[in-house]
Amino acid sequence: MPADVTWEDVLAPYPQLVRAGFRRFATYRQAALAGLTTNIVFGLLRAAVFVAVLQQRPVLAGYDVAAAITYVWLGQGLLTVVLLWGDTELSRRIRTGDVVVDLGRPWDLQAALLATDLGRAGFAVLARLVPPVVAGAVAFPFRWPTEPVTWAFFAASVLLAVVVSFGIRFLLNASAFWLLDARGVLAVWGVAGGVLSGLVVPLAWFPAWAQAALAWTPLPSLFQIPIDVFIERGNPMGALAAQAGWALLLLAFGRVVLRRGAGRLVVQGG
Amino acid sequence: MASRIRSQLSYRTSFVLDVVAQVLGQSIELVAILVVFTQVGSLGGFDRDEVVLMYALAATAFGLADLAVGQIEELPEHIRTGELDVLLLRPLGTLAQIISADVALKRLGRVAAGLAVLGYALATSGIDWTPVRVLVALTAPPVGAVIFAAVWVAANSVSFWLVDGREVANSVTYGSNFSTSYPITVYGPWLRRILCFAVPGAFVAYFPALALLGRPDPLGFPEALRYASPLVAAVAVGVAALIWRAGVRRYQGTGS
Repeated sequence: MPADVTWEDVLAPYPQLVRAGFRRFATYRQAALAGLTTNIVFGLLRAAVFVAVLQQRPVLAGYDVAAAITYVWLGQGLLTVVLLWGDTELSRRIRTGDVVVDLGRPWDLQAALLATDLGRAGFAVLARLVPPVVAGAVAFPFRWPTEPVTWAFFAASVLLAVVVSFGIRFLLNASAFWLLDARGVLAVWGVAGGVLSGLVVPLAWFPAWAQAALAWTPLPSLFQIPIDVFIERGNPMGALAAQAGWALLLLAFGRVVLRRGAGRLVVQGG
Repeated sequence: MASRIRSQLSYRTSFVLDVVAQVLGQSIELVAILVVFTQVGSLGGFDRDEVVLMYALAATAFGLADLAVGQIEELPEHIRTGELDVLLLRPLGTLAQIISADVALKRLGRVAAGLAVLGYALATSGIDWTPVRVLVALTAPPVGAVIFAAVWVAANSVSFWLVDGREVANSVTYGSNFSTSYPITVYGPWLRRILCFAVPGAFVAYFPALALLGRPDPLGFPEALRYASPLVAAVAVGVAALIWRAGVRRYQGTGS
């Protein structure tokens, strides 16, 4: 860092990137509205299946009907906030070679992409999380937090879920440094990630061995933990600590992979 | 030279992973069903093997429909880019041109996944085979595929009216794939009416499965409905064709 450049100068771009990420997605309001239709249709169908399941047993692994329905609507809402699918920008720029320009800019590429992603997630909270939750809460029995502090825990948990998801997506996209085309990797993640992170069925309903195996992965941090924090199931502090641990680990690993990949890129000639 | 071979191998990896993703994508709902049945003994009045049979019928039909008309998803792109004008001018069927624009081989993954589970379900769910049931088992997947294909064409036709209709169409097409994998008894009366009569998904898996299993309908629908799927498919195709024609007639181009 040259002597006349202050830390403020170095950090200044990132809040702007957060705002830019927000505005970029806020431009496509009609697309957000259309996507909302899909979320709500699937919310209705999934809620119906869960209600049918809970007709057999009133409480299943700590979820009663209201908690299970809340699970469905929060999951549908968080889907585009946490984002499993459709983030292919970095891998595309690696394939086309444009990533060379990104690496040459006076910013930290990973931090810049994370800032943009947080802005995107911020818009998604307003446009994609709030409406399905309100729709579900109005039309069905709903489990609101009983303690006010839960709202703060939930906000922190969603933020960490976005960072963990970003960390995973960053690594998958970076596989394009070696594979050139990360579409297959991203497609497999898109489908496997949904079911293994508890988006489709709560992980607590999985067999014990599957739960034990998944507890060693960052997958529960994406949907299971934020939703459980909201419905006050389990200890929130431990859950947040696990998310924070995974967020740091994935970001650190991402840095190593980016450095290795960038080195490779130069060898190939871009 | 070596890098070129390597790059092709890399793309092949990506293709294989794409097929794997299709198979996995079709299996998500199966995993969900199996997980649910580790917790409860029945769902909507049906046991695990019966629900798996419905899932398998729906999955195979969906895979076949996806293979046949999946390209219709590109309709909004054709409209946005003005490509549709070119297609309309050619002396060939417009719909036929769109759906034959690209045969995505990776879609075979879905069909294969569906057929594998269907074979297992037919073999293990203790069906008392009669000539009629053999006929139902053989015809249900292709007839279901025709119903799905009609739903897809009709749903994607909204792009003639809405600028970005793809998501709305997806909610109908993928929504009906999801909803047909479960017995319609799990849905409330309103959803059920929509699934039976508006989007005739119940005739893809639920009614054929009742015919195969030879069990009474918990909802008390007339028994004739179990064998009505081909008729429903014919009506669905007719309705889809009308909607499609209305859309094409309404189309005026984007002016680009």
